[in-house]
Amino acid sequence: MIYADNAATTQMYPEALKTMSDSAREFWGNPSSLYSHGQNAKDLIEKSREEIAAVIGAQPSEIYFTSGGTESDNQALLSAAYEGKRKGRMHIVSTAFEHHAVLHTLEKLKKEGFEITLLDVHENGITVPSEVESAIRSDTCLVSVMYANNEIGTVQPIAEIGRICKNRNVPFHTDAVQAVGHINIDVVKDNIDYLSASAHKFHGPKGAGFLYARKGSKLENLINGGAQERGKRAGTENIPCIAAMAKALKISSDKIAENAAVTSKMRDRLIAGLSEIPHSALNGDADRRLPGNVSFCFEGIEGESLLLLLDDKGICASSGSACTSGSLDPSHVLLAIGRVHDVAHGSLRLSIGEDITTDEVDYIIRSVKQVVGYLRGFSPIWRDLVSGKKEFIL
Amino acid sequence: MALYSEKVIDHFRNPRNVGVIEDANAVGEVGNAKCGDIMKMYLKIENGIVKDVKFETFGCGSAIASSSMASELIKGKPVSEVKKLTNKAVAEALDGLPAHKMHCSVLAEEAVNAALEDYSKKTGIEI
Repeated sequence: MIYADNAATTQMYPEALKTMSDSAREFWGNPSSLYSHGQNAKDLIEKSREEIAAVIGAQPSEIYFTSGGTESDNQALLSAAYEGKRKGRMHIVSTAFEHHAVLHTLEKLKKEGFEITLLDVHENGITVPSEVESAIRSDTCLVSVMYANNEIGTVQPIAEIGRICKNRNVPFHTDAVQAVGHINIDVVKDNIDYLSASAHKFHGPKGAGFLYARKGSKLENLINGGAQERGKRAGTENIPCIAAMAKALKISSDKIAENAAVTSKMRDRLIAGLSEIPHSALNGDADRRLPGNVSFCFEGIEGESLLLLLDDKGICASSGSACTSGSLDPSHVLLAIGRVHDVAHGSLRLSIGEDITTDEVDYIIRSVKQVVGYLRGFSPIWRDLVSGKKEFIL
Repeated sequence: MALYSEKVIDHFRNPRNVGVIEDANAVGEVGNAKCGDIMKMYLKIENGIVKDVKFETFGCGSAIASSSMASELIKGKPVSEVKKLTNKAVAEALDGLPAHKMHCSVLAEEAVNAALEDYSKKTGIEI
């Protein structure tokens, strides 16, 4: 099996898995208990918090453990929005291609009376900082722009947007689920007020994540109860997952430059190979993208049948966001960068890890070429395109 | 693969009657690229019998499997019987389709009917 869907989830590092089982076995006391068996578990959590904070340049007290990226996004957005509302500021700026964890939370806020401006991300899938600046109004209570897009991998000008938000005194949230552990992040340098992360995107466990909230930023509880997480996220801590998340982040961040160098080389080999397929196009900026992300559209074919046939060849890939697989509409991300429906249906995302080999990359290229050719062979759209009855888009 | 039945997977992997009939006397095309599914059925009708059938499909696994199954169900059958083909029959023959993929079987029924209409229009023969 060739796993090329690391943007969906990653395999846990063996060391993180070991940390998870060791801590479940040894540190099973309740961290809220006073006796040392409980306090030892508490110490493990705090050590994990320190390690995670150090990776993104934060203070340990600014890290809140959550169940993952979605919860972190929800808490950050709702916290900033409700704080804004108390001050009479009910306008939020975000982008059209955010993850549904952000977009659906914004929809909820819209129903509650907030005004939402979703910025265009243009053909290259990059937000323009000056457009963020122009969108900010006197009643703007939050700007939320993802660090890197989950489908097309484009990395956003976060430092520039952060500077603008700081100058305009507007809280800035970034959904960094695809970026943490893959590219260097410094919340202080980038002027980030809230940042969401998810452990299973950097070889940690599922069901664990964290929210960074800069000191002084308001936090609203999503889950009420005990005093865990400085009273901002109730519920007995998920010790094994927290410890394993810290371990995974430590490993991935220690090798971040090395991994990015290897992965981006393989990514570019994939892009070059797939570009040879006629009437295809890379989605998103070729340079400003995550080291492991390759996203293509192939005209005349449909993505699901492409995925099923690649699966038959032992290749795990994705078409659009895995989250949208129950829906019939093509991905909102591809539509946001201006791909028309016909073309957006024929999309393929390959998100590779640092362990992929040249032989595997070449096998993927050969397989995609073959499957696209096969599907085009009995596609009525392709027939119309080739015969000139319809005009090629790509 | 849990999403689809074994029959769907079989018809998707090895679709029957794929291709074009150059001298087809009944052709039906339904769906649109915007929705992500297009089916085109080519029939050769002789003496009221579907002598041959071929299809081309742009779409997901269940769209390809539905076209394939529909083509098998109508091959060699009298047109009066073919006209009665329902999407339910296609889906049942495939041992079921996921709820959000049922429209693929509807497209298959519509593609066959569109071909029959084309035949009636061309020949003046009512079916």
